[in-house]
Amino acid sequence: MFRPLIPVSRGAKIVLGVAFFVLFVGLWAAATFGKWVDPLFLRDPWQTIVTGWTLLAAHAYHIDIGVTVWRVVGGFVVAALLGVPLGILMGAYKPIEAFFEPFISFARYLPASAFIPLLIVWAGLGERSKMAVIFIGAFFPLVLMVAVIVSSTRRDLVEAAYTLGAGHSGIVRRVLLPASAPQIAESLRLVLGWAWTYVIVAEYIAAERGIGKTIIDSQALAATDQIIFGIVVIGIIGLVSDYLFKMVNQKLFPWSLA
Amino acid sequence: MSKLVIEGVSRIFPGVHGGEPTRALEPIDLRIADNDFITVLGPSGCGKSTLLRIVAGLDHPTTGTVLLDGQKVTRPGPDRGMVFQSYTLFPWLTVRENICFGLRERGVPAAAQQRISEEWIGKVGLRGFERHLPKMLSGGMQQRTALARALANEPKILLLAEPFGALDNQTRALMQEMLLAIWEAERKTVIFVTHDIEEAIFMASRVVVMSARPGRIKAELAVDLPHPRHYTMKTTPDFAALKARLTEEIRIESIRAAEQMATKAEA
Repeated sequence: MFRPLIPVSRGAKIVLGVAFFVLFVGLWAAATFGKWVDPLFLRDPWQTIVTGWTLLAAHAYHIDIGVTVWRVVGGFVVAALLGVPLGILMGAYKPIEAFFEPFISFARYLPASAFIPLLIVWAGLGERSKMAVIFIGAFFPLVLMVAVIVSSTRRDLVEAAYTLGAGHSGIVRRVLLPASAPQIAESLRLVLGWAWTYVIVAEYIAAERGIGKTIIDSQALAATDQIIFGIVVIGIIGLVSDYLFKMVNQKLFPWSLA
Repeated sequence: MSKLVIEGVSRIFPGVHGGEPTRALEPIDLRIADNDFITVLGPSGCGKSTLLRIVAGLDHPTTGTVLLDGQKVTRPGPDRGMVFQSYTLFPWLTVRENICFGLRERGVPAAAQQRISEEWIGKVGLRGFERHLPKMLSGGMQQRTALARALANEPKILLLAEPFGALDNQTRALMQEMLLAIWEAERKTVIFVTHDIEEAIFMASRVVVMSARPGRIKAELAVDLPHPRHYTMKTTPDFAALKARLTEEIRIESIRAAEQMATKAEA
């Protein structure tokens, strides 16, 4: 059963994956219903579901979810629209890389959350400052990842293309781009995950609505069930968007699958 | 007149981390006539691939020039088709799209692309696999596609860098026959680099033997075996005599190469 690198069947994979969720919720239930922990610190799963329902029914929680998703998608799309082309140019053309790379490497280490107060001063409390946080957090690492992916294109493919008569722009458009596309899509999937971290932090600090805003308000009320419900919602959205991303990648790039 | 003229071509790779520069190629002179099939035979690391890369324009000589039809070679181009030892098909393109790659880059109209690719798919025996992706093909079929892709461009000269080196013996023998049949029919000018003595004799009208590093031309041997050649030729006395001679030449060079490695290791 435990032989290295031997794949499992599709059915077994699903069963195993679901099993851990069941085990996790089971432990949670045991800890709370069994009174191992104070309900003040951790509410039981049932209570959390009931609270979630109340939030949705009575407090229009779906609007908070929508607002947060909109911020994530907005910031992420802008970061991708600017970051992917710049990363491709940097990966393909070394002078462009030499020009931008040191600054972007530096900027990548600036924590996006530290910019929040500054961004509020610059862009106010509205949507622009939230999206700007996500943009800062997503753009710089994305550019660097894309640049590395493009520059690591197999050299023998590039050489083969040259011997077939490709010019310099042909190499970029018809070798570097298609060769890197699956990995670029994969890096976008990763960055989207990070965007979720930034949006919640941004909403903690200043927001009218949003999942992060609800979580921070719940803290003041010591409503751990609401906090947990918010976290679970983020987890589910993350899982779904991750799955969709993977499906689209598999559809677009069947040649890159093992 | 010579199709390809290699004049005083040498290659010295600069030393890494302040080390000694590597003399990969001593100045080499070689002339290749139109429609000639030359094999370059040498122990591994003798610089035969470097020589081929310089002809392709993928590497630059430290001294000397390469002339193709009197034109100096400065960069890679479709007039010098190349097949590499590693599998270099574009993994995102089908067999047919791979074969059309060079045609597309040169702006050949779609109808002509279709006709030319169809022709080469037939010649290299890939009928029925036109829509396959490279990952669905065996190594031998990938190299057939790579050969068709290079030849579809109608290069003036075909450069083959140990194209069958990664294939098993049976596949390799079939590929040799297929390539020979194409050459017999099309009379292309070919430089074929290999470290396999039998392959060097079987394919060539002339075998150029290179010495261990630094690479230089040690011997040249005309192969006067008749065409069309059939695999049974490999067991004839004439073939055996050539093989014995080349085996001796290569053996000396392989021993030298091994000794060089040993001295390097001691130093």
